[in-house]
Amino acid sequence: MKATVEVAPGAADMAAPGQELQKPSYWPFVVPALVVVLAIIIFPWVFTIWMSLNEWKVGSPITFVGLANYMRLPTDPRFVEAVGHTIVYTALSVALPLIFGTLAAVVFHQKFPGRGFLRGIFIMPMMATPVAIALVWTMMFHPQLGVMNYLLSLVGLPPQLWVFHPGTVIPSLVLVETWQWTPLVMLIVLGGLASIPIEPYESAKIDGANFWQMFRYITLPLIAPFLFIAGMIRMIDAVKSFDIIFAITQGGPGSASETINLYLYSVAFIYYDLGYGSAIAVIFFVLIVILAALLLYLRQRTVWTEIGGGA
Amino acid sequence: MSLRQILGKIALWLSVLVIVSPAILFFLWMLSLSLKFEVDNASYPPVFIPEHFAWKNYADVFASNRFLTYFINSLVVTGSATLLAMLIGVPAGYGIARMAAHKSAVVILIARITPGLSYLIPLFLLFQWLGLLGTLVPQIIIHLVVTIPIVIWIMIGYFETTPLELEEAALIDGATRWQVFRHVALPIAKPGMAVAFILAVIFSWNNFVFGIVLAGRETRTLPVAVYNMISFDQLSWGPLAAAALIVTLPVLLLTVFAQRQIVAGLTAGAVKGG
Repeated sequence: MKATVEVAPGAADMAAPGQELQKPSYWPFVVPALVVVLAIIIFPWVFTIWMSLNEWKVGSPITFVGLANYMRLPTDPRFVEAVGHTIVYTALSVALPLIFGTLAAVVFHQKFPGRGFLRGIFIMPMMATPVAIALVWTMMFHPQLGVMNYLLSLVGLPPQLWVFHPGTVIPSLVLVETWQWTPLVMLIVLGGLASIPIEPYESAKIDGANFWQMFRYITLPLIAPFLFIAGMIRMIDAVKSFDIIFAITQGGPGSASETINLYLYSVAFIYYDLGYGSAIAVIFFVLIVILAALLLYLRQRTVWTEIGGGA
Repeated sequence: MSLRQILGKIALWLSVLVIVSPAILFFLWMLSLSLKFEVDNASYPPVFIPEHFAWKNYADVFASNRFLTYFINSLVVTGSATLLAMLIGVPAGYGIARMAAHKSAVVILIARITPGLSYLIPLFLLFQWLGLLGTLVPQIIIHLVVTIPIVIWIMIGYFETTPLELEEAALIDGATRWQVFRHVALPIAKPGMAVAFILAVIFSWNNFVFGIVLAGRETRTLPVAVYNMISFDQLSWGPLAAAALIVTLPVLLLTVFAQRQIVAGLTAGAVKGG
């Protein structure tokens, strides 16, 4: 009931004064969703914050410890290392899909027969079940029997250990992530390309511009807002990437590919240290929000409505 | 001039080929792995099309004692979570769109940004206290975290584009809000509902992280079951690849046949589950 009171002023603003009696409100439509959202989204958050302030291990008594769990984070080498892995993984997993996705969008913007069907094929990697994908990639990365080393040998490159070596595990996982999520960038940029008017290209052609010049000086500036949205979404997803990493390496070898999300899983559901795990969850969320806010600040406010789908 | 056009066509088709081949080759390789006997899967250089197809890999998967259970679990979890999300989310999307309560979308944004694991810690404890852990109920409930935001998000966007005139006319004629929703707004919104339904099904079906924490031996969904095959039961690639393909096949078929709706839904809200 509390939430109804909170949001009610907004509803009152919407109904023109004096008309409330004739116009019954839309609240009954929203209340069930509100209850569910409170129960499964808001409650977990409030409870997580509360747990993070406690020493809370499964099977031991719960004691209030204030911010001790948070103080532990900067001195926990495994957490610090996980932050580093997350940054590298995220930076690569944003940049590469953006580049390939933009190129793919330019191609899919052309008209050719079978475009719809081929677009369907192209987006299959992002819709397929991540665990199933991860399983096949694991086989492909196999140092002796995997097809990846065979492909390398075809172009004369030496075999690699891929996800089985600390030095190559993150780039290999980024390869999977890029393969998987380039289609999403492509779709967003494709939407951007569709919104560009044709006139600038016509006048550029008359002035003798070539394909690259037109792309660099007309297309790129005009699709920049869409690239930004795609980058934001990609960043949020890459930071919290879990399925692929967990199913292929479980954070290994050693802890070479352990990101914050993977470490969070270990702390909460392997060591059952729920208090500390909650603190990681809170800090993790704050980090994501700060990153997103920072990007938004750099890009000005107008884009917010677009990523929020009308928020 | 016409030579230029021909060259342009060739260049276009070459680039299309380059762009689509990573996806096509991957799934063909998956199919190939699933249809080969151990000898062929272990040979170097790799065999792409084997002399003898190992159909028995698929038979093995279906014959394995629990696969059917896991398949039914997946159907129940995804089905319930999607239907509940439609029941709750479609009216909510309508209400939010009509009240123009755009700020409420912030909650959905939070749900979008939050890592799935964060929900799991408190809800895991809650389900434990409620004694629900041996059943499918916790997974159905937690899948709502994925499906409800998708449905609300897409329906807000859709109802905002549907015309108000008919609804206002019906209200003037004395219809109640509910009647207007049921008989005027809902029939127009069917394409939007299809988009929401398809995306909710896909992201719920694919979800893995909720299952590994909440599912017991009897309550695993297919992605969790496949993951467990890697770690415990199976070491041979053929049946593993076959199982992986069976798990993801419904989603792949949906993607190809409903790509128009999926593209519309993804570009409208750019949502992704979990």
